[in-house]
Amino acid sequence: MTNMPNFSEPAFLPAVFDRPTWTPLLELSVREVFDIMLGTRLCPYEAPTDASPGEFTALVGLAGNLCGVLSIRCTNHAARIMAGKMLGVSPDQVDDDSWDALGEIANMIAGNFKGKLSGIGNHCMLSVPTIIVGTDYQTRSLAGGNTIEIVLNFEHRPLWVTLELHD
Amino acid sequence: MSQIKALIVDDSSVMRKIVERSLRQAGLDLSSVVEAGNGAEALGLLDANHVDLILSDINMPVMDGLEFVRQLQSMDKLRGIPVVMITTEGSESNVVQALSLGAKGYIRKPFTPDQVKEHVLSVLGL
Repeated sequence: MTNMPNFSEPAFLPAVFDRPTWTPLLELSVREVFDIMLGTRLCPYEAPTDASPGEFTALVGLAGNLCGVLSIRCTNHAARIMAGKMLGVSPDQVDDDSWDALGEIANMIAGNFKGKLSGIGNHCMLSVPTIIVGTDYQTRSLAGGNTIEIVLNFEHRPLWVTLELHD
Repeated sequence: MSQIKALIVDDSSVMRKIVERSLRQAGLDLSSVVEAGNGAEALGLLDANHVDLILSDINMPVMDGLEFVRQLQSMDKLRGIPVVMITTEGSESNVVQALSLGAKGYIRKPFTPDQVKEHVLSVLGL
């Protein structure tokens, strides 16, 4: 007898938000990207972080059974250092590459994170990154409170990584 | 194979530079590298350029990497060029789809130069 697909089953189910499990996985995803692509080991940022919202923000959308936005924020100088490390050049030699680099880092973090969620990542797609430059903006989340934010120390500067997911 | 001409397809110029650097670190004798920002641009470049190897992202605007490989395989003069996907889209379904469309290798971002070397040398039979 031939095995027929069960069309009564949905193609995928929305993932259930699991902060205790996902927070360390998100942090691990960030650390791996910086370790492998920039040769930089990140550690927790101990200083107060409410002084600056960051000047560069990269957003990557997630759609499927993980639905929301992953964003990373940092200062202009931190973004230039990141691009310089990725390209193997001095931060002074970086121009618009810092935008591109930050977007690519966000993309890799999102991809790395969803790959660590067993069985979930197969049904989650990523958007191409969007970059926001400047500090005078606000975001209104539709995520329904399912937010994970971690702050890590990149070259003595804060790096914010935020995952906001829809219910 | 003597000198190799490679096409790198990625919407990130930073990532294209990193992939090129990884190819050089792999010890490949690159004669030249051609770059494209998406699949459609890459197909246009292949009209006028012969290449020995293609490394392509998947998640790109205009034409993504999977559609690029699909169209490449439908063209007699281009289907023999080995394609290695380099992408954040590392889910099993994406890997299976890319390989079934004709890609010869699949590298997940973030990647090390050694991973690029291993896959590229393998698909080139070196």
